[in-house]
Amino acid sequence: MTGRSLVAARLAGIVVLSAGLALLDASGQAFWQGLVINLAIFLILVVALNLSSGFTGVFSLGHIGFMALGAYISAILTLPLREKGDFLPNLPSWLAGVHLDQRVGVLPLGFFLATIIAAVLVSGIAWVVGRVLMRLSGHFVAVATLGFLVIVRVVLFNADAFTRGSRTFSNVTPYTNLWWAWSWALLAIYVAWRLKRSPYGRDMLAQREDRVAAQAVGIRVMEPRLLAFVVGAFFSAVAGSIYAHFVTSFSPTVFYFDLTFRVITMLVIGGMGSVSGSVIGAVLIIVVTEGLRRIEDATLLYGLSQIILAVIFLLIIVFRREGLLGQRELSLDRWIARRAPRPVEQNVPPPA
Amino acid sequence: MGPYLLQQIVNALSAGSLYALMAVGLAMVFGILRLINFAHGDLMMIAAYVAAFAIGAGIPLAVAIPVMIIATVGIGLLMERAAYRPLRGAPDVAILLSSFAVGQILQNGTLLTTRLASKPQQIAFPSPDLLSGVVTIGAITIPKVNLVSFVIGIVLLGLLSVFVTRTTLGLSMRAAAEDLGAAQLMGIKVNRVVAVAFAIGSGLAAVAGLLFAVQAGQINPYIGFTPVLKAFIAAVIGGFGSISGAVVGGFALGFLEVFATTVTGLGDILPPGSVAPGVREFLQQWLPSSLASYRDAFVFVALIVVLLVRPQGILGRRDRGDTL
Repeated sequence: MTGRSLVAARLAGIVVLSAGLALLDASGQAFWQGLVINLAIFLILVVALNLSSGFTGVFSLGHIGFMALGAYISAILTLPLREKGDFLPNLPSWLAGVHLDQRVGVLPLGFFLATIIAAVLVSGIAWVVGRVLMRLSGHFVAVATLGFLVIVRVVLFNADAFTRGSRTFSNVTPYTNLWWAWSWALLAIYVAWRLKRSPYGRDMLAQREDRVAAQAVGIRVMEPRLLAFVVGAFFSAVAGSIYAHFVTSFSPTVFYFDLTFRVITMLVIGGMGSVSGSVIGAVLIIVVTEGLRRIEDATLLYGLSQIILAVIFLLIIVFRREGLLGQRELSLDRWIARRAPRPVEQNVPPPA
Repeated sequence: MGPYLLQQIVNALSAGSLYALMAVGLAMVFGILRLINFAHGDLMMIAAYVAAFAIGAGIPLAVAIPVMIIATVGIGLLMERAAYRPLRGAPDVAILLSSFAVGQILQNGTLLTTRLASKPQQIAFPSPDLLSGVVTIGAITIPKVNLVSFVIGIVLLGLLSVFVTRTTLGLSMRAAAEDLGAAQLMGIKVNRVVAVAFAIGSGLAAVAGLLFAVQAGQINPYIGFTPVLKAFIAAVIGGFGSISGAVVGGFALGFLEVFATTVTGLGDILPPGSVAPGVREFLQQWLPSSLASYRDAFVFVALIVVLLVRPQGILGRRDRGDTL
């Protein structure tokens, strides 16, 4: 198997995906476009959560809090000045004049900048929170991060000057399109993938499998956990920004336990610790949810789809706890390697 | 100031006894199975709905309350059998997640049921006369339900303490909490002990659910979430897994909340001349009454601090390997 054909295969994958997106983009099918953008947002969220919960085994219930912060911060930054004056009259003066709407050609650079700024700020918050919380393990960290989610929610509800409190934050410019959403999704997947096979990733897995043994051979526990938490927060905030500029109006109630549970369902079904599992989990749940939603709309039995999803989730936890893929990865490389004519030497190390 | 303070203490005691009732249910199950049962709050919610429908249908309280308790206990036992027993021995997080799934099922099941019964999602709770209105003692006025919550809380917790210390079943329960495997080896029927723990926990959740619904005035399928989080905090503060710890933690949380609510805005309510002007200004500046709406955030910060500084809680023992 040569490196060149691998690169070619990956390029081919990207080309196929781009062609698909271009086709969808040109089709003008708003419903399907929305669904595919939604899928990208969930892909980012699941992969981000997987870094902590899967790779390091520090189960976080707080990532939707990072998403919420990302959504609000980026939306405040890109909100047009007139809307800012109308909706957020009490914004501090240093923020009131900020409007990131710069464009380079067709590219909304301002939106990109706002996303990055939001993600970096949220990463900083995650670093501070993580320094404290990553000392905990097991379900204690789960509940402590849930506490973080509640704190974020209370702050969003009460920080009227910035968030309009419980009222809907609206008139966000709809910058998000298929291309933005999927570029970020691919980046998130790529980063997680590379991280898993990097020395940092191996530290994450090692301290998860056996903390004491890892410490005994000099692998640190805090650093890999913190890294996974902060990178996960970064991408969760990105997902928040994409979401904010996709739905254009939202309120703090969105970013709470239902969404958290949905992302966790995707993660657990796909397999904690597997990046490709996250992708499969996200796709499956999006498709199943959409199907169930239609049944719900037709029969008016609201709540039924959540019950079915929860039952599926329960069955997975009881009968196949490691999820569909466990920690394994579906590998394009290996698939190609199997189909390609046998190379001369068999023991080529797997490409990173 | 005197009556005001007294009133706040009564408020704290009444909130505390509700938290204690819930926290004990959580702690009992946690002590044996190391399961944080997040669906506990949804049991409260279901109890509130059963009570609302029963009272709304004109069934007398003396019948409605037992019906509510039996229904809730039944669901509690069912959930243990279906969702938790198959996971015994599984990693902590797996069981925790399964309790989330159970909670989702209970919430949406209630949603679906109200829909099928063509009732609105959010209903006003038909407060029984026994629990509505206020009691005036001297200068202080207490909602009757707060007083009743406190009395019922104390009575039930007392009964529970007798059960746990004086009966064979209670002793087996403590043995199972000490070491599940060893208890099994000693011939204790662990499944029965776990079922009893769930039954008692669900019964307490039912009573707490009724009192909570009366205090809230309105119920919807999602009301269980916040109380269970609070109860969890109470249990952690007290020392998770210990029943007496949960009681202590429940009351501690009640006081903590009332303190957080009263200390904000204190600068405005202190009678003139009772403090130096500087102190008043300081209080108004740094603890304005607008901060009171951040109460829940404050409580969760307290939780995180306790988890970090004293993860075993006030009464708990150092647990194995929960922090680095």
